[in-house]
Amino acid sequence: MDIITLAEVAGNISVLGYGVAAIGPGIGMGILVGKALESTARQPEVAGRIQTLMFIGLALIELLGLLGFVAFVMTM
Amino acid sequence: MVSQVSTQLVLAAKAGPELPSVDDFLPDPILFQGTPFAINRIILIRIVATIVLLLVMCITAKRAKLVPGRWQGLIETLLEFVRDNIVYQVMGEERGRRYVPMITTLFFTIFVFNLCGIIPGMNMAATATVTMPLVFALWTFVQYWIAACREKGFLQYLRGELMPPGVPLPIDIILGPINLLEALIIRPFSLTVRLFANMIAGHLLVATCLAFTQFYLIEASNWAVKPVGVLWLLGGFAFVCFEMFVAALQAYVFSILSTVYINQSYPEVE
Repeated sequence: MDIITLAEVAGNISVLGYGVAAIGPGIGMGILVGKALESTARQPEVAGRIQTLMFIGLALIELLGLLGFVAFVMTM
Repeated sequence: MVSQVSTQLVLAAKAGPELPSVDDFLPDPILFQGTPFAINRIILIRIVATIVLLLVMCITAKRAKLVPGRWQGLIETLLEFVRDNIVYQVMGEERGRRYVPMITTLFFTIFVFNLCGIIPGMNMAATATVTMPLVFALWTFVQYWIAACREKGFLQYLRGELMPPGVPLPIDIILGPINLLEALIIRPFSLTVRLFANMIAGHLLVATCLAFTQFYLIEASNWAVKPVGVLWLLGGFAFVCFEMFVAALQAYVFSILSTVYINQSYPEVE
């Protein structure tokens, strides 16, 4: 290693790719859960229905993050 | 350059802890090698888990009393949860009655298979390879197409998917193929990927924590790093508890999405 190279990256760049892939679903999940809490606070009588819908949305969002994870595992 | 990096990695791996890898999910066959019925560790886990689940359920059903004991009460609570909170809440009672056995089977099988990932001695979720979730997803797939053919008729259903009512034609050209693609591929694919990727991620997390615990606490000769091993052990405990939660959550999510997909095959009411 010469003096110009201050830091060397070893390993697989797909690790970084997974981190990037988790950003979007993270934001989406935050919005989803926040909104679900907000609407439960406004109308506590439909809390069960909102919770079910929240889990369905959660599952769909989760898939986006997991696709990044699958790509990461496949290139490992 | 590449070979240099890989040799460095190999050297590092030999000096470091035994980290889990993708090879964990492709174990060598232990029985009937060479035949199509070769059984490896994961398939053995599936067989054992199925037998245990069937035995427990049969014995509980056989010994069922009018006044339930503690164990029977637990099982009944779970069954009622699946029936009321998953099927009836999404589909309504008279539609949902037909699908209660299917969704109950899905929920309990996936839950028990997922739990195998943290049972000592098994240490591998039976749903952690792509095949088992694929079977469940194909079951759901067949069921919602059958429901669509029965309730709407095949051509009517296809027309509803390709040309949703109330959508103008230019948008319909884009929306129709996407809808069809979703019903044919994306739904079963997403069910499969969600379940098995979750289980792989969970296994890697727990196994990494415990591998580092072994390395720092037992193999390392330097006393100064032992506290690090204790931290990894605590992390392992936390992730095992998290895996229990994930096992239940994934079973819930899989069964509720199956119910939603089947419900979407029915004509809309109200």
